[in-house]
Amino acid sequence: MARSFSFWPTLTEPLIRQNPVTLQILGLCSALAVTTSLATALTMSASLTVVLTLAAGIISLIRRHIPTTIRLIVQIVIVASLVIVIDQVLQAYLVEISRALSVYVALITTNCLVLGRTEAYASHNGVVPSMVDAFGNGLGYSLVLTIIGGVRELFGRGELLGRQVLPLAEDGGWFTPLGLMLLAPSAFFLLGLLVWAIRSVLPEQAEAAEHVPPATAEPAE
Amino acid sequence: MTEAWILFLQAAFVDNMPLTLFLGLCTFLALSRRSESAIGLGIAMTGVLGVTVPLNHLIYHGLLAPGAWAWAGLPELDLSYLSLLAFIGVIAATVQLLEMLLDRHFPAIHVAFGVFLPLLTVQCAILGGSLFMVERSYTLLQATVFGLGSGVGFAVAVTMLSAIRGRLAYADLPDGLRGLGIAFVLAGLLSLGFSAFAQMAAAS
Repeated sequence: MARSFSFWPTLTEPLIRQNPVTLQILGLCSALAVTTSLATALTMSASLTVVLTLAAGIISLIRRHIPTTIRLIVQIVIVASLVIVIDQVLQAYLVEISRALSVYVALITTNCLVLGRTEAYASHNGVVPSMVDAFGNGLGYSLVLTIIGGVRELFGRGELLGRQVLPLAEDGGWFTPLGLMLLAPSAFFLLGLLVWAIRSVLPEQAEAAEHVPPATAEPAE
Repeated sequence: MTEAWILFLQAAFVDNMPLTLFLGLCTFLALSRRSESAIGLGIAMTGVLGVTVPLNHLIYHGLLAPGAWAWAGLPELDLSYLSLLAFIGVIAATVQLLEMLLDRHFPAIHVAFGVFLPLLTVQCAILGGSLFMVERSYTLLQATVFGLGSGVGFAVAVTMLSAIRGRLAYADLPDGLRGLGIAFVLAGLLSLGFSAFAQMAAAS
């Protein structure tokens, strides 16, 4: 193996520094759609982490036997089979949440995060590093989902995991729920603000400006 | 005919793929830096969605749905759990076929699409279109209209976002917000506009 493998950096790098959602722009679709409440966000995170880790393990195990020309198809079939299993498990044991997640569980198949990691990492590395890397990326994804899901549920309904945290105004409390938090736009805004916050703390992640004004610029017209 | 038209508008604007349902966001954000690539992506999406959704409709109802094998004496066979694998296969094959056709007959368009076309295989919006078709049990005509409408909605959204991002190229943004951050905020604002369509649909 070309790269030496160290356990902790591989696991913790994707949490914030190499976060799959905010830096690598992978797996956005499901990250935003299922975050109207914390419970769905957590279920989705768990499902994705399981699928990602298992897929990385399996693909890394057979990576020497997959012909390169058809490797994408093989990877997609492996991921899709795992997703079918997860989907059936959710439908059997967590009917309510499975209904709330709608088609988004099935869409883990085409989640770029899964294919991105299996293609970029698991197809070149041993089983243990691949699974650790996949698990770390799953945790990084879960972290973002948990934060956004928590904020949206807390401010949209004053609840966390279905339990009333902020007393509602209509029940004699002081909190008026922000309906916008449960609608689509707020997910975009929150993720944008999260990206901004992370990049302010870690300035090396900021993207270079596309057009740099010359140092001795003429006064603007 | 009006029903089909309503469904088309519904799919394009009310249930807009990237802005309301969050489908296909990866390509939506990655390819909206330039207007040319955004328009190319929009056309490719419309084409692929318009072909794969009806095709998957035929396959699902002909082979996979519960009771589809009744004519062969197997009325209880339910293969619907295989639909995910079948849909992915159909989409991959369609994209491949489209790529070969374009390469053969319209090389200029093929060059313009570049890498986007193969990427559409793993686009959540395209798979999502087929999954919604099953979940909402559309007929074949509805499925076709729904596929085309979703594609047009995606094209409109990605073209608008690329136009705004082009205008913002010279803006003096805070360092951390540049690029991805501002793209999310813009998408949020567009999405706010598109939620107005949902209100109109609910009112009428």
